[in-house]
Amino acid sequence: MSSKGKILVAMSGGVDSSVAAGLLQREGYEVTGVTLKLWGGPSDTGCCSVSDVTDARRVADSLGIEHHVFNFGDEFEDHVVGPYVRSHAEGLTPNPCIECNRHLKFDKLIRRAKALGFNLIATGHHARIVEFNNGLCIARGADFSKDQSYVLHMLDQGQLQQLKLPLGEMTKTEVRKIAASLDLRVADKPDSQDVCFISNVKGSRKKFLEQRIDLTPAKVLDKNQRIVGEVESIEMVTIGQRKGLGLSGQGAPKYAIEVDAEKATVTVGEKPDLYCSTTEIKDLNWIDAPYPNTVEVQTSAHGRTASATVTSSVEWIEPHRKVAPGQSLVFYDGDLVVGSAIAG
Amino acid sequence: MSEKIIYLDNAASTPIRQEAIDVMISALENCFGNPSGAHKMAREARRLIDDARDTLSIGLGCDPKEIIFTAGGTEADNLAIFGSHSARQGTVLASITDHHAVVAPVEQLGGKLIQVSEDGLLDLDHLDYLLDENVILVSVGLVNGETGVIQDLESIVEIVRQKAPEALIHTDAVQAFPWLDVASLAQSADLISIAGHKFGAPKGVGALVIRDGVQISPMQLGGGQELGVRSGTQNTAAITAMAAAADVTVKERDVTVERVAALRNELADKLQEVPQSYETGVALHNGIVNRENKIAGSCHFCFEGIESEALLFMLEQENIVASAASSCSSGAQDPSHVLAAMGYSRDLAGGSLRLSLGHATTWEDISIAMEAVPKLIGNLRRTGS
Repeated sequence: MSSKGKILVAMSGGVDSSVAAGLLQREGYEVTGVTLKLWGGPSDTGCCSVSDVTDARRVADSLGIEHHVFNFGDEFEDHVVGPYVRSHAEGLTPNPCIECNRHLKFDKLIRRAKALGFNLIATGHHARIVEFNNGLCIARGADFSKDQSYVLHMLDQGQLQQLKLPLGEMTKTEVRKIAASLDLRVADKPDSQDVCFISNVKGSRKKFLEQRIDLTPAKVLDKNQRIVGEVESIEMVTIGQRKGLGLSGQGAPKYAIEVDAEKATVTVGEKPDLYCSTTEIKDLNWIDAPYPNTVEVQTSAHGRTASATVTSSVEWIEPHRKVAPGQSLVFYDGDLVVGSAIAG
Repeated sequence: MSEKIIYLDNAASTPIRQEAIDVMISALENCFGNPSGAHKMAREARRLIDDARDTLSIGLGCDPKEIIFTAGGTEADNLAIFGSHSARQGTVLASITDHHAVVAPVEQLGGKLIQVSEDGLLDLDHLDYLLDENVILVSVGLVNGETGVIQDLESIVEIVRQKAPEALIHTDAVQAFPWLDVASLAQSADLISIAGHKFGAPKGVGALVIRDGVQISPMQLGGGQELGVRSGTQNTAAITAMAAAADVTVKERDVTVERVAALRNELADKLQEVPQSYETGVALHNGIVNRENKIAGSCHFCFEGIESEALLFMLEQENIVASAASSCSSGAQDPSHVLAAMGYSRDLAGGSLRLSLGHATTWEDISIAMEAVPKLIGNLRRTGS
């Protein structure tokens, strides 16, 4: 088969990126696999453990492609773990997967690939790259339940031109079928979840944070500023949180509606208090021109969308659950990612 | 691109010497008896191991009875450190630039690490500061695996004997054995580790010298092999192969060192010409580089504005294989704890390249590397990564 050219495929050791590598090879690309070693600490999921590197290497072996490991541990610490910890210290709710994509997979890796003579990279994300107003943009993957367009919203034209997402048109079921047909050992490997550098074991996030920052005890106030309880650490509280505020059994369920890291206070209210008509934003970015009309806004990786207009803030058409400061808001026109901002 | 692989990673492992292969195959085919047994097949295997001990004792400058065979350098280091500590509780010290097989056990025992200066030599003042009567073991590698820097073991021993006369001295001579007369340089050490695959024997075999009278508790109990210090049926074939490789290594050492040092100097002089390059562990006198304090096989540089992984990848495309720092279990390059301890910035240390020569390295290998490395560094600096 004649070669379509060289492509570097980021292989996490999971089924998606393994199939991506296999499909590109079948299409005629000269595929080299690379696994990023991002995290040296304990982890039981995600892209970082040695056993995942082994899975990626063995998949590459069975496909007959070259496989390398790049150690981006320092950059991961600088751009993902450090900011994650600092965000928590400031009472924000960070999204480390987005920062990892922004700085590691689609910046550092693309630059590394270029230096090594690769003009294209690929990942196993469930999303599509489509033409849009004389350029390209990210669109939802065909499998809505696995769609990852939210965490790819930051890709610019230069990055999109160098990226291939071979799984965009497929459902997860189809991906697993292809993995089985290629006889890939990871065909039935469970999906990775959550923050890859923190274990899923209960209490791990707290343990992780308290090794890096001083956790601050905070007072829990009601809407009239009366002290109704306290929490061990304000850094662990997110807007909308109900559990862990030490208020169970005190009438109607209470939710964190405001987190003030400076004053070390958490204000709680009832469910209707969680809803708002406006969300303040920063770092507003449109892929092309600003959208004057309504867009669909998604506020978490697998959350539902809601309609809003976007100016210097997001104005919800219907009252919307408060968005924790630090979270990304991604704007869609149908399936297309047309812009983004960060909740302020 | 070179047709054959240019192998410049001899500090990681070496090609197996023909002498080792020959005796190994013969042992595998003919001497499969259990060396602890009583019958003639067993006795024959036992004889091979005892012969190997005799041969090796010459290169190590010890009595044959002082040699304990292990399954490699890491096991020898672990046995030396945990075994000493188990026999006599107290503080253990090690050089901060030592191999993980030394540093990790010392850290686990709550020991302390001795700093080094920017040329990689042990900071003798810091050693002096850390020593007291509670210290039971001081471990300092004779040659560093990354930089090839040779420690002045005699000076170290002198200070230790003065300040902590009861302390044992261990040296990891794994990287030293191919290049240096370990028998004389480590004669004052109480414990010496070596690993066969660094000098032309297969992986999975090593030895620990335990001087007569030195107390080491076994870390592995069982049939009481190796004087009760290291139970487990001996790997007759590998032990025999290690002795054969050691024999050739010692006999040819002077010639090899002279030949390889000349090749290394050609290569390193060429890399000195690369802008913003820093050769580690060398001294400069009137503009002339002095590499006397490095083993002959070591050519180790840091290049500004270069990422080791990218450089190694490009070298591999040209069929040249080498490494940067020690490899971690995932196969990635780990940031160097050695360069960090020598005061190199993270960025500069991230641009390190270890080209390590060995007994099989040829002029052709070096001439190809001399051309490729500067060219690839130039390319990478132009594209950036």
